[in-house]
Amino acid sequence: MRKSFIAQNPSVLWFLACLGLFTVVVTLMAEATGAGLISTSFVKTLGKVLCLCLVAIAMDVVWGYCGILSLGHFAFFGIGGYAVGMWLMYARTEAIVVSNLAERTIPATPTEVNDAIATQIFGVVGSSEFPLIWAFSHSLVLQLLLVVLVPGLLALIFGWLAFRSRVTGVYLSILTQAMTLALALYLFQNDSGLRGNNGLSGLQNIPGFEAVPQSVVSMGFFWASAIALGLGYVLFARVLSGKMGSVIRAIRDDETRVRFLGYHVESYKLFIFTLTAVVAGIAGALYYPQAGIINPAEIAPIASIYLAVWVAIGGRGRLYGAVIGTAFVSLLSSWFTGGGAPAVNLGFYTIQWTEWWLVLLGTSFVAVTLFFPAGIGGLFDKFARKSS
Amino acid sequence: MSALLELSGVSVSFDGFKAINNLAFQINEPEMRAIIGPNGAGKTTFMDIVTGKTKPDEGRVLWGEKSINLIGKSESQIAREGVGRKFQKPTVFEDQTVRENLAMALKNPRGPFEVLFYRKSAEGAARIEAIAEQINLTDQLTRKSGELSHGQKQWLEIGMLLAQEPRLLLVDEPAAGMTPAEREKTTEILVEAAKTRAVVVVEHDMEFVRRLNCKVTVLHEGSVLAEGSLDHVTQNPEVIDVYLGR
Repeated sequence: MRKSFIAQNPSVLWFLACLGLFTVVVTLMAEATGAGLISTSFVKTLGKVLCLCLVAIAMDVVWGYCGILSLGHFAFFGIGGYAVGMWLMYARTEAIVVSNLAERTIPATPTEVNDAIATQIFGVVGSSEFPLIWAFSHSLVLQLLLVVLVPGLLALIFGWLAFRSRVTGVYLSILTQAMTLALALYLFQNDSGLRGNNGLSGLQNIPGFEAVPQSVVSMGFFWASAIALGLGYVLFARVLSGKMGSVIRAIRDDETRVRFLGYHVESYKLFIFTLTAVVAGIAGALYYPQAGIINPAEIAPIASIYLAVWVAIGGRGRLYGAVIGTAFVSLLSSWFTGGGAPAVNLGFYTIQWTEWWLVLLGTSFVAVTLFFPAGIGGLFDKFARKSS
Repeated sequence: MSALLELSGVSVSFDGFKAINNLAFQINEPEMRAIIGPNGAGKTTFMDIVTGKTKPDEGRVLWGEKSINLIGKSESQIAREGVGRKFQKPTVFEDQTVRENLAMALKNPRGPFEVLFYRKSAEGAARIEAIAEQINLTDQLTRKSGELSHGQKQWLEIGMLLAQEPRLLLVDEPAAGMTPAEREKTTEILVEAAKTRAVVVVEHDMEFVRRLNCKVTVLHEGSVLAEGSLDHVTQNPEVIDVYLGR
């Protein structure tokens, strides 16, 4: 089934080939595994970009194909990051605490160990007890389940409430944005149980792999991200092919008409919303160990708006468009804001790109929306049409 | 012969305006019926009520042998019960091919997971071919439906309705904006469809209604003014009054 599906969709095969080639080239050029032309921090950047591409194709499915402009998908991404971050932080702190206590003559009781870990983690927010939501943080398996379950359940409940009331269009966008904002504001509180605005940190240190240098760890995550993106791409391409894709695009174009065809539109929206939220959570869980830190500012609505901008610039309604847009804009963004771009001296004024990058991004977003609604991906369509 | 659809005592008002007023209507299966009436007579509201888009304030809408009440059911449930609707403006999914449009309408399980794991079957393909032939679009199957002419879009929409295999077809102004040749073909399709199911056609064009050669219901101010053959109702002084003004 899968084989024949990929054979029927050459664009999927092309994408996988490009992704594979990219992964191999980066591996051969990296410090740990190859020529050392690419620094470890840049490998991490590229790995992070792959995760952003994964959440972007999820966004493209929900927005570009199903017509739901969700401003909440970066919140799901962040929840995935928090879920995996809780285990990373717990396990690493536990290792440190245990090794510190090992020097004592009287062995520490489990309660003492637990209290010491809690003090270590929650000292910054003036607490020394584990909040209830950390109940599973000792278990990697359970936290990985939460990566999928929490965004999935949140999307399911939120989507069910919103879609059954037939909230659509810009109102739905505002609603999703409100959800995102509420979540971010909640996380900012010190007693949210997730360390308030400090967020979770030290996530790049993987418990059990302390002896392994970061250059190798980064390669591991880079590969994991590439594989996740490949699988996500195939999954979404499969969902969007055939009749399911037909119905979803039809809902985007005229949902009333789809209802009169006998399809329960709300179920379809809920399915897509939830599925993409789960994928966003997985992307976040792979992203934050590479970023090393997660805090509530990451979840703020602006992040989800960026996501929409990437997808729009790349070209809505094309999975590869979302990947191109995200890779292009986020890499360009880190070049401009990282001080890589030279300042432009106009004589009377010097353009510092760290300040002006957002203006450039905003302008190009407006320009793309007005003049190239098909985005960068639209160029590929033109080539494809010319050659055929 | 029991009625397929029976409305009785149906009323609905919008902001105090009675769009439908104590309406009674019946149609059998198979039957062809034309509904005429001046603007604002409640023709579209009538369709909205039957298809579940508008909930009436009072009255009953009974369906089928078991006399199921359609009021309170969602649009998609009613569509699955076997009510198909064609809108005044042709609404096909312009971004998709004629084949995709028809495939979506084809009578099949409608749940998301059933659709996700749906596999194309030879039967389905044959059914699509047959419908395409019926609506004159065999050569256009792989074209995007947005590229079709106005008349072809109307046919495609009728084809989508036929693919749904409804027991009742509600058709809103099918001949609007069609060339005479296209009208003739449309009449043919509808008359053929009415041999096996109930078809309700809302139309302004008397010439088109005459060609359908069926019982006519005249709506006025939300209730039935007259019913019978076209000649019968057009000789009714009240109908003449309504159409020509007082």
